[in-house]
Amino acid sequence: MTTGTPSTDRRLRELLAPSIETRGDMRELVMVPLGAVVLALVIGALIMMATSVPPATILQSFVAMADGALGSVNAVSETLTAAIPLVLAGLGIGLAFRAGLFNIGAEGQMVVGGLATAVASFSITGLPTIIHLPLALLIGLSAGALYAGIAGALRAVTGAHEVISTIMLNLISFRLLDYFLRQPYIQKEGRSDPISRAVLESAELPRLLSFIDPNMRLHFGLFIMLAAVVLVWWLLFRSKLGFAFRISGENPDAARYAGIRAGLTIVLAMMIAGALAGLAGATQVSGVLGRATPGFTAGIGFDAIAVALLGRSHPVGILLAGLLFGGLEAGGRQMQVDAGVSIDMISIMQALIIIFVAAPLLVKQVFPVLFRKRPDRDRPKGGANG
Amino acid sequence: MNIELRGISKRFGPVKANQDINLQIRAGEVLGLLGENGAGKSTLMNILSGLYRQDAGEILIDGTPAAFDGPGDSIEAGIGMVHQHFMLVPVFSVVENVILGVEPTRGADYLDLDAARAQVQNINSRYGMDVPTESLIKDLPVGIQQRVEILKVLFRSADVLILDEPTAVLTPQEVEEFFGIVRALRDAGKAIVFITHKLHEILEIADRVSVLRQGEIVGNGDPSQFSEADLAEMMVGRPVSFSVGRGGAETGAPVLELTGVSLFDDKQDSRLSEVSMMVHEGEIVGVAGVQGNGQTELVDAIAGLSSIAGGGIAFCGADITGQSVRQRHQMGIAHIPEDRQKSGMVAGFSVAENMVLNRYYDETIARGVQIDWQQAQQQAAEACMKFDVRTPNVFLGAGSLSGGNQQKMVVARELERPVKLVVASQPTRGVDVGSIEFIHKQLVSCCEQGNGVLIISSELDEILDLSDRIYVMFEGRITAEFDNRRRDADRNAIGLAMAGAGGTRAA
Repeated sequence: MTTGTPSTDRRLRELLAPSIETRGDMRELVMVPLGAVVLALVIGALIMMATSVPPATILQSFVAMADGALGSVNAVSETLTAAIPLVLAGLGIGLAFRAGLFNIGAEGQMVVGGLATAVASFSITGLPTIIHLPLALLIGLSAGALYAGIAGALRAVTGAHEVISTIMLNLISFRLLDYFLRQPYIQKEGRSDPISRAVLESAELPRLLSFIDPNMRLHFGLFIMLAAVVLVWWLLFRSKLGFAFRISGENPDAARYAGIRAGLTIVLAMMIAGALAGLAGATQVSGVLGRATPGFTAGIGFDAIAVALLGRSHPVGILLAGLLFGGLEAGGRQMQVDAGVSIDMISIMQALIIIFVAAPLLVKQVFPVLFRKRPDRDRPKGGANG
Repeated sequence: MNIELRGISKRFGPVKANQDINLQIRAGEVLGLLGENGAGKSTLMNILSGLYRQDAGEILIDGTPAAFDGPGDSIEAGIGMVHQHFMLVPVFSVVENVILGVEPTRGADYLDLDAARAQVQNINSRYGMDVPTESLIKDLPVGIQQRVEILKVLFRSADVLILDEPTAVLTPQEVEEFFGIVRALRDAGKAIVFITHKLHEILEIADRVSVLRQGEIVGNGDPSQFSEADLAEMMVGRPVSFSVGRGGAETGAPVLELTGVSLFDDKQDSRLSEVSMMVHEGEIVGVAGVQGNGQTELVDAIAGLSSIAGGGIAFCGADITGQSVRQRHQMGIAHIPEDRQKSGMVAGFSVAENMVLNRYYDETIARGVQIDWQQAQQQAAEACMKFDVRTPNVFLGAGSLSGGNQQKMVVARELERPVKLVVASQPTRGVDVGSIEFIHKQLVSCCEQGNGVLIISSELDEILDLSDRIYVMFEGRITAEFDNRRRDADRNAIGLAMAGAGGTRAA
């Protein structure tokens, strides 16, 4: 044991100096998803070959995919537009996951949030954009939070597992949407099919690239998404509440021992997750769709589960995973147009990516060279936490 | 059957778990294998039982080299391991558990339970094990369950028995009976490897002793030529003092007072009934008892983790029955939980995060809704130094620390702040001798500063060494109380009370 002041100081400095090993294996964090994507592309190609797509077409389809995701300003705009709700809802799922909760209900929370925003966007009139838009989004966010809060409260009070209750709440939300879309104060005038009135201009998320081409769909939600990434990162790794979430998620017994109230933590984590999913639905309505229609969420809330898994429930990881999935979405559409390969191929590849991310050993065995330990190497870059 | 280990070495990355180990295991002999946690005992035994493969060296069975490709080969060769944690099916009978995996069959594939029963009964009586072979495991006391584990390896015709910390879960009387069985096995020509960190057991049962330290054999020989102090010094590498000296602190006002506390579990079974006890300032009170007699529930009740059904808990004269875990913590109750891995720490978190696990909201660390991590890291680093937590830095995942260092981390977290009462549950379980000494000193110094200390431990030696007063718990009740201010409490009487015999309550 150290005595004397100089050696004591040195030991203290040592203890406070992060070293390479303790930074967490960043390589694994980055390489597993990367390897998974490569493997998914390879197997995707094999599947196309097996269904007798000629090699030239396969190549063409990959080129089209890259082109559709990144090849032009419009392509990038489409990729980002698709990424916004994926990242927002993915953040909610990732945050709940960190707190030990598996929120399957992002889809339903998006429905409820989107619907609430839609209603607020056409029924409240006479407000300037600066008030109306935030208000409409806030209403959607709150609706999502409350809806997820039901599952949280059920878990906290009765012990009903959130996986089951959120799945059920999803189904309920779809029927609720159908019901409300036929109500006279919501349904578009003169229509018999379920479709809502249009969002007023004062509640629309402004398009960012309309100065280049008015058809480019990228909207202000991009900044909301980025702000949410920062906020969730701060919440998880800097705030007291986030620390309580993480303790509860990693070790519920330790959380109890530390005096953290399990019920409250569950409800709060679910509500924040629902708020993010609700916001995803809200931005989709006021930024892209302009109205609510049956099934307007288009399974984004389910894809967001994959995004959260791929991003390892880390806000930055979720951002990157959301961008990847957004790119696949946008690229897939181009692939279908250019190469005539079904967009279902994209769903298959997304599923493959998740399988490989869930089985890191498999990826490590295929690409052993990526994971070789090099202890003499310099510090890996970046990554503060998680 | 004789086994010889020659020059066995095994590395895990840079860590030399075993280094050039030579060991002889002989038929009709008990070999005591002594070593701290992390000294390489488990690695060595896992090599012997076929779970690991050595990097160098060879295993000779009766002079012929043997190669084990898996546990199956080792069992085949006649080596049986009795693990510290039992692997039994609670709702199966003894016979069913014993034959599980090697069921005798007749005809096409019919289970021949009669043959099995006869065979098990035969082994049972040969070694005087006295196990009721038709009872369900869940109805049997821990000591008997352990014998079932031994029956299992004998049923698989083991000639070499490896017993891993076998006495950890037994009362002193059960230990005596257990030693009787070990001697019977030895006299029948079995070779026995007895792994323990309890020195007096080595002196009592072992015919030969080998001491492991940092992966190497540092001493071999006849136990009678060593004293406990010699063995401890070999094991730790420096002289160790056993009894922690302490000044005669004056006991003061009551810090903790339980009156008639009752508690039921989820199934409405009584876990604590009418428990009354006191802890005063400047006093160390020990609670002795075999595991599972209400100690866990007692600690949970004091810490506020479970609500009591009747009675009252007072802290420094104020009733705290209705207070939450956090309120009690803030009042100055420190709680060292019985199972650090389960509830005392988060293995995936850094040392710094673990150091503030239950006080991250404290105004010294929190700034509004934020946690000042720099401040937390600074405090964690200082606590690591003060409590000798050996970690390269405070950012390391706590899960990669050794058991002793994890425990010191938990102790540091609990004692680093001003407290009035320390509730230490199994404070040194699974901890190396050096750390045990350190933790004991910390508890004693905490008491000397005028705080109350309550130690709950299944290690009777620990209780006897440290406590001024001793309560014995049996089946959720306090069945006896002993004065131990002069460290002269009657070990035998305590042992009997632990086993539920006699209900003498002094004072």
